[in-house]
Amino acid sequence: MSVLVYIENWDGKLKKLSYELASYGAQLAEKLQLPVKAVSLGKVDEATLQNLGKYGIPEVLSDTNEAYNTLDNSAIAKALFAATEKTAATIVVMANNNLGKAVSPRLAVKMKAGLVSAVQGLPISTEPFVVKKMVFTSKAFAHITIKSANKILTLAPNTFGLVEKNVETTLTSFDAGLAASDFETTVVSSNKVTGKVLLQDAEIVVSGGRGMKAADNWGQLEELAEILGAGTACSRPVSDEGWRPHAEHVGQTGKIIAPNLYFAFGISGAIQHLGGVSSSKVIVAVNKDPEAPIFEAADYGIVGDVFKVLPQFIEAVKELKA
Amino acid sequence: MKILVLIGNVPDTTTKIKFNADNTAIDASGVQWIINPWDELALTRAMELKEAHVDAVEKIVVANVGRSETEATLRKALAVGADEAIRIDADPLDAFYVASQLAAVAADYDLILAGIENADYNGTAVGGMLAELLERKSVSAVSGIDLEGDLLKISREIDGGSQQLNMSLPLLAVVQKGIAKEPRIPAMRGIMMARKKPLNVIAAADAEALTAFDHFELPPAKAACKMVEEEQAASLIRILHEEAKVL
Repeated sequence: MSVLVYIENWDGKLKKLSYELASYGAQLAEKLQLPVKAVSLGKVDEATLQNLGKYGIPEVLSDTNEAYNTLDNSAIAKALFAATEKTAATIVVMANNNLGKAVSPRLAVKMKAGLVSAVQGLPISTEPFVVKKMVFTSKAFAHITIKSANKILTLAPNTFGLVEKNVETTLTSFDAGLAASDFETTVVSSNKVTGKVLLQDAEIVVSGGRGMKAADNWGQLEELAEILGAGTACSRPVSDEGWRPHAEHVGQTGKIIAPNLYFAFGISGAIQHLGGVSSSKVIVAVNKDPEAPIFEAADYGIVGDVFKVLPQFIEAVKELKA
Repeated sequence: MKILVLIGNVPDTTTKIKFNADNTAIDASGVQWIINPWDELALTRAMELKEAHVDAVEKIVVANVGRSETEATLRKALAVGADEAIRIDADPLDAFYVASQLAAVAADYDLILAGIENADYNGTAVGGMLAELLERKSVSAVSGIDLEGDLLKISREIDGGSQQLNMSLPLLAVVQKGIAKEPRIPAMRGIMMARKKPLNVIAAADAEALTAFDHFELPPAKAACKMVEEEQAASLIRILHEEAKVL
């Protein structure tokens, strides 16, 4: 029995999320008194994988087959299954992001494992095995028992944080035994976002709603995001209007995020929007309507004109950073 | 080509959620049930594909695992335009159980569409599990799908961007926002026609659930929002730095 952490990579790089997963896997294994290992699929250099030792991962299985870059759901699930067999893993941990959501269910069937997605924190009890997750889009939490011997948890990003625990990391070369025919996803083109903080990775998010009035008015909001090193987001009407791309929509039918700081400019705070952001550690709302429901969810608020507040914020942040 | 769209029956997204006395289940009194929003978009896109490729798309079937009270939601899907509905008569215990039930009816469909998330328990697994049980390809976070001969042209979101894919049938696509612009609302004619369309009830297959809800809890009440005057906006940045320590 052991815990296996799936460490994905982005063009060979790891992110804070990778180290958060490593931290979670190591802490979970300690709680269960089981060994922990990690598996990496795709080309990642050894020095990068060795960084996982800082967060308590003593061994990383690395399969450097470049075909994993196609993110073929079925092939990655097969490879992860081979890794669980090799490490006698009974619990697998991965991210609750696009790839984690895509491959964890396939792996769950192969392992006959109870799967809980978007888990927050370590298990509440290990015997029985009970974990906590958000349900009804942040309106409630559920305590869920996994009854099967094998288990898969996908971790809600930015909810656990980093836990340092220095160990030596051994890299083991690993061949999951996949053939070219196992990869059935044909990627015609990729459009990767560069030079911007990704919404899912952002510790600070600057978001705009209908109160921004038009697509052309995002300049100051983007400037604030830029100097804060923040990601940009928007409410549903804004993405529906095409003012901003769908990928920026946070809320019930868009993304659910949990940054340390969330700025809501001109967002009224419909219940569907709040569901996507209420796990943020601190929420700042700026809205001209004092009755807007966003103020019930916010920690700090300004009743006022977003176009008067934004320049003041930008100046104040510049002063702070200076 | 036959398309199967998986339909979740969930509380309206504006519902104020309450639980029963011992917090082991949702208090369904006064709850309005709807088609899970992503499934509604999936169905809408299926309809658009059928209309654009009359010769290629033979029929659209919707399926749900639930008791008789979910039939209103399936009838709504028929009113939107699905040709047939299947209800597997069982309580949707967990994703593995639901996927196992659907596997018994889904194998014949060339294209299966599943929503990326359920708005009730925020599970994301039924589609992927069904694909694995059927041993077929799956693509997730799909925000666009088009048919070109036997080829599916797919846009998917990845962590850090988007990709265009070419996929062959059979396929299961787990779809998200963007797959269709607006969900279709049933017209009066559609509602009339839906009454005559087949809604087949199928007995549950033998399957097990691997997880179970222990209990639910509501989030702790939020402290009151601290207000700052518009003219003093700059001071809020200092508060975020010094008091909240998030800057």
